[in-house]
Amino acid sequence: MDSKPVMDERGTTRSTPAGRNPGIYVSDAVTTTAKILVVGHFAVGKTTFIGSLSEITPLRTEEKMTEASTQVDDLRGAPDKVTTTVALDFGRLTLSDDLVLYLFGTPGQQRFMQLWEDMARGALGALILVDPARLADSFPVIDLVEKYGLEYAIAVNSFDPSAQFAQEEIREALDLLPDTPVEYCDARDQRSSGHALIALVRHLLTRVS
Amino acid sequence: MTRPDEEAAVTGHFVRSYVITGGRRLPEADELSLHTLVTLAPDAELPLGASPEVREIWELCAGGYLAVAEVSAHLGLPVGVARLLLTDLFEQGHLLRRAAPPRAQLVDRETIEKVLHGLQTRYG
Repeated sequence: MDSKPVMDERGTTRSTPAGRNPGIYVSDAVTTTAKILVVGHFAVGKTTFIGSLSEITPLRTEEKMTEASTQVDDLRGAPDKVTTTVALDFGRLTLSDDLVLYLFGTPGQQRFMQLWEDMARGALGALILVDPARLADSFPVIDLVEKYGLEYAIAVNSFDPSAQFAQEEIREALDLLPDTPVEYCDARDQRSSGHALIALVRHLLTRVS
Repeated sequence: MTRPDEEAAVTGHFVRSYVITGGRRLPEADELSLHTLVTLAPDAELPLGASPEVREIWELCAGGYLAVAEVSAHLGLPVGVARLLLTDLFEQGHLLRRAAPPRAQLVDRETIEKVLHGLQTRYG
C-alpha cells in the first residue's frame, strides 16, 4: 500500500466551495491522467469492479445518444433516430504524486457508436469482464473492443468459486488469441480486481514499442 | 448529437439540456476529453449574466482539479452539456486544463509503465 501523502507542490490552499467535500478533488500535483475502460455486457459487474478499486465513490454520468431505431417501417427511407440516455459509471485511482487513473465502465452495446468513439479515444486499453455462465453475451463486446483497436485482457468474474471454468474452455469459447491474458477475479474484492487490472497493463506494455 | 431539427423524443430532460446549451451543437470529444482535468483560473471573474449551470460549474471548479467526467457527474449534467459549458469557459480564459491526452490515439510507453508501477505498489 502506498500511504505516502500526496503533497501539493505549490503549497497553494484553495477555499472549498460550501457543501463540497474537499476530498473530491485531484491533487494539484497531478500532471497526467490515464483512462482504462472496464467493458462488459449488462449486469456483468462493471460498476462493482470499479467500486472495489476506486478511491472515490463511483460516479455516474449520462451521455445522450442518437441511435437508429429498430423499426424498419420508415416511409421516408431514412433510418429513424431515437435519443437514448446511456449511464456511465466511473472511478478514480491516484497511482502516484502526479498520475491519476480513471476507470470507465462502458456498456458493450454495438449501437452506441458515438459513445464508443468518445470512450476509446485516449484509452490505454480495455478490461473485458466476462460472466462464465453467459459467455455468448461477451461475443459482441469483444467484437466492439477489437473494432475500436483497443488492446484488451479478459477478466472472468466468478462470483461462485465452486463454478470454475477451465481457462482453455473460456479461450476456445471466446476465440481468443494465445497471448490475450485471461484472469479470474472477484469484482467485489479489491485485491483480486487489482490483479486483473495489473494483468491487463502488463499485456499493454508488451504491445507498445 | 441531437440537432434541433431532428425529431428527437422530447422529454423534460431533453428540453432542459436544450435550454442550457441554447440549442447549440455539442462540441466534439477532441476538445475536452472525459479525463482532461480542469480548474478555475486564478483571478477569474464570473461573467455577468452567467446561467445557474455556469455558476454551479464555477463554484465546483473553484475548489481544485476535476476531470470533465467528474464535473458532469457532480452537477448531474449530461457529459455533452458539461463539455460545452466547460469549453465556453476555457475559450473565455476562465478555465485551466491539464493532462489533456494527445489527440491521436497514441498510447505512450512511459504512462503505461507508470500505471503498472502504481498498481503493483498497491496490489502487487
